[in-house]
Amino acid sequence: MIIKKVKYLFIFIFVLTFITKSHSLEPNIFVQSTVNRASQILSDNISRESKIEELKKVALDTVDIRGIGFYTLGKFRKNLSDEQKQKYSELFKEYFLKSFSSRLAEYSNPKIDVQSQEKLSDTYTIVSSILVATSERPEVKIQWRVYTKDPDKPLIRDLIIEGLSLARTQKEEFNSIIQSNDGDIQALFSSLKKFINN
Amino acid sequence: MRKLIASLLISLFCASFSFADTDGENSLSKKNPEVKDCFEKVNRATFAFNQGLDNAIFEPVAKGYRKLPSPIRIGTSNFLSNLSNLITIPNNILQGDMKTAGINTARLTVNSTIGILGIFDVAAQMGFVKDYQKEDYGQTLGSWGVGEGCYLVLPIFGPSTVRDLTGSLTSAIGGDPWYNVTVRNDTQYFEESDYYYSRGGDGINFRAKNIESFDNLEKNSMDFYASVRSLYLQDRRKKIMNSNEIIDTQDDSDWEEITSN
Repeated sequence: MIIKKVKYLFIFIFVLTFITKSHSLEPNIFVQSTVNRASQILSDNISRESKIEELKKVALDTVDIRGIGFYTLGKFRKNLSDEQKQKYSELFKEYFLKSFSSRLAEYSNPKIDVQSQEKLSDTYTIVSSILVATSERPEVKIQWRVYTKDPDKPLIRDLIIEGLSLARTQKEEFNSIIQSNDGDIQALFSSLKKFINN
Repeated sequence: MRKLIASLLISLFCASFSFADTDGENSLSKKNPEVKDCFEKVNRATFAFNQGLDNAIFEPVAKGYRKLPSPIRIGTSNFLSNLSNLITIPNNILQGDMKTAGINTARLTVNSTIGILGIFDVAAQMGFVKDYQKEDYGQTLGSWGVGEGCYLVLPIFGPSTVRDLTGSLTSAIGGDPWYNVTVRNDTQYFEESDYYYSRGGDGINFRAKNIESFDNLEKNSMDFYASVRSLYLQDRRKKIMNSNEIIDTQDDSDWEEITSN
């Protein structure tokens, strides 16, 4: 009787594991589908403004904007009050969406092929892809740092283009703005507002 | 001779400066080294000067260069890339990478002869590795464990570090065979201007390949100087590691306490 119960328990666990696994989204498939969504928007015959709006929706779905925002603050995030954190999150989100979508909107139908993935830990997988060469520029290697803490909803945390991390570049830029204003976070807030309203 | 001694003295000074800057630990082993911008005010001023120069001269010339027929651009790019082997090969050897030194020597020989002074990359078609990576003395110093030292912005030449500047001076005091046969007039076949044309060509070729990227970065940066500094330093660290590994470009602990959307 006990053996039978244990057997059923094993079957239950096995089925449960399988069901959980089948619902999780593989990072490479997630990246390819994100890229396909963006490519579709860029090749659509719609205005630049409409493209930007659509690209913003893709970013909201697939990028960990809040996480990137706090990462880019570096050591300064520890000194923020809850109110400042809230304010910063809102500003960063607007800044990111504007910067990201206007950068991407410059491209017309870029072709990105996902090639492989490497699991760094339970929370991170690096997906490697290639931006296919055109007559104007050579092939570009792009790696995607995918945050997989919730396997059902992976999120992009960084783009590493030819070995150069965009999140890190952003972090060093923000830190430079704060440091050149004697550590005053308000200086960064002002710069973000200026960029958003420009 | 006086020029040579002066270069040597500056080089030694810079070398000792950059060694003094290390703390016994290879800077590459630190996952997220802090940016050391010891001369930030001067650097920012030089950066602004270079930007003015870029807007007035380099960018328009690069745009004009882009309009040349593709075969001419590819030929020029191949020629300059082939020439850069003269610095890459000694550095491959200094870094102990004999295999790549051998491949690059074969590439240089084949392309300079059959490939007509390097205009055609025949070696690639013959099966030699196509993914050629330039090496310089700054990279070699880095691979030996010398820290990058302070970040510098040089007039006209742009971003550098104390270590990379030391590397460039090494080229000028005899480490660059192309410099030796042109500027130092070791032979009667080349002129000093040949060297400067090739260096200028290198700059224009690089600028032409990156017109959109630079414009995009400038447009989307709140502090363009800091963005360029970050990208330059990341690029040098990556080149010194000679690896496509991306794990070290970002320290996971930086993200630890951050929760997602």
